[in-house]
Amino acid sequence: MADKTRLLIGTRKGAWFLDGGSDRESWSPIGPLFLGQIINHLVSDRRDPKVLLAAASTGHLGPTIQRSLDGGETWTEATRPPALPAGDPHGRSVHHTFWLEPGHASEPGVWWAGASPQTLFRSADNGDTWDGVAGLNEHPKVLDWFPPMDEGTPDGPMIAGIVIDPRDARHMYLATPTAGVLETLDQGATWAPLNENVRCDYLPDPYPEYGQDAHQIALSPTNADRIWQQNHCGIYRLDRPARRWDRIGDAMPRDVGDIGFSIVPHPRCEQTAWVFPMDGTEVWPRVSPGGRPAAYRTRDGGASWERQDRGFPREQGWFTVKRQAMSGDGADPMGLYLGTTSGEVWASKDEGESWRQIAAHLPEIYSLAAVPHA
Amino acid sequence: MTQVLIPSQLTSYTGGATRVDAAGATVGSVLDDLDRRFPGLKFRVVDEQDRVRKHMRIFIGREETRQVTAGLRDTDELLIFGALSGG
Repeated sequence: MADKTRLLIGTRKGAWFLDGGSDRESWSPIGPLFLGQIINHLVSDRRDPKVLLAAASTGHLGPTIQRSLDGGETWTEATRPPALPAGDPHGRSVHHTFWLEPGHASEPGVWWAGASPQTLFRSADNGDTWDGVAGLNEHPKVLDWFPPMDEGTPDGPMIAGIVIDPRDARHMYLATPTAGVLETLDQGATWAPLNENVRCDYLPDPYPEYGQDAHQIALSPTNADRIWQQNHCGIYRLDRPARRWDRIGDAMPRDVGDIGFSIVPHPRCEQTAWVFPMDGTEVWPRVSPGGRPAAYRTRDGGASWERQDRGFPREQGWFTVKRQAMSGDGADPMGLYLGTTSGEVWASKDEGESWRQIAAHLPEIYSLAAVPHA
Repeated sequence: MTQVLIPSQLTSYTGGATRVDAAGATVGSVLDDLDRRFPGLKFRVVDEQDRVRKHMRIFIGREETRQVTAGLRDTDELLIFGALSGG
C-alpha cells in the first residue's frame, strides 16, 4: 500500500485527524482543530491533497469556510464565504454549509458547497470566495423543491450531497431532503428531478416527481453510469441513461429494513457497496436495528445483501451513523470506517468482514472521510 | 469613535482584544468599519440580509437593538454578546 490513511473527522465540537499506520492497525489522533465549532464537513481535494476545506459554524456565530493549503498545518478563513445576495427575494440567508465537494478534475481550484437552507455555491479559487449558483438558487420551482417552512432534517434542510460525473464537468447530481435527486447537464444552469420509482412514504402520492428525501448518493468509481442511493425510504440503484430507480433494498432482511443514511461503493467493483442500516420503524429511532450494529454488503448490485457485524457489540449497541460519517479508503483490501453520534470511530481493514473501535470519546461525529496520507 | 465590546467568540478576529474603537454613525457602519480591520467579523454577527444572527445580541449602551440601521453617537458604547444559548 503506497499511502497511509488519514480520517478527516468533523464533529459538533471541532475537527480531528486520525492518522493510520501502514498496517491500518495503529491510529493516532491529531487535534482538536476549531475546538467548539460545528464542523459539518471536512474534505480534502482529491486533485491536490494539500488543499482542505472545512464547513464551520458555531452556536452563536454565522457560517464560514476554513481553508488549508498545506495539508491541514495552517488554516485561514474564506474571504467571502457562501452567502446569498442581499435582498434575496425569498429572504434567505445561509445558516450553514453542509456539503463540500471538490470540482471536476479538469477544473483545478473549483469547489462546490451545498448549504442550508438548500442552496448551492461555487468557488473557483480553492474555497476563498464563493458565488451562488443562480440556476438552482433562483430556479422558478425553488419554493416547490425546497419549501421554506419545511424543516427537512433536524438541523435544517440542506443540500445533502453533490456528485460530479468524472467524464463530464457539466453533469452533476444533488441529493436533497425535499426534492430528492436533482440533475444538471449544464453545470447548474438548469436542473430537473430524477426520482422515478423512488418512494415517499410520507406524501399522499407515494411516487411523486419530487419530494423524496435522498440521504446520500454515490457513483461507482469504476462505472459513472451507476448511481447508488440511500434514501429516507429505502436503498436504490440507477444505471444511466435509465431514469427509473430500482429499490435494491427490497432484498435486505425484513427485520433490518433498508433505511439508513450512508452508502459507500467499492472503489474497484461496480457490483459492491455497503450500507449501515438504521431503524426506520414506528417513530424512526434511527439507531442500529435491535441494538445490534452491522454493515450490510452487496456484491451483486443489490440483488442480495450479507450482514457484517463481527467485532461490533452483539447487543445494546445503539449506533447512529450520519450520512457523511461512513467512508472507504482506496486500499486493497478496502478499508471501511464509520463515525457514530456518540463519538466512536470503527474501522474494518478487510472490506467489512471484521470491525474494531479505533477511537472513542470524541464529540458527536457529523462527517468522516478516509483519504490517502503520505 | 465608538468603543466596541468584543465577545470571546470574536476575539480570534481582533487579535485577542476585547475592546476596540470603531467609526460609524449606525450599528451597521460600525460593523463595516470593524470588518475592514478584522475581515470576516461582520458576517459572523450579521447575515447577508442584515439580520443580527439569532444567537448574537447587540446593545447600544444598555439598550438592545437588532437593527443595523440603529443610530450611534460618538459617546455611545456598542456591546456585542454571544446570547445565553447552546450546549
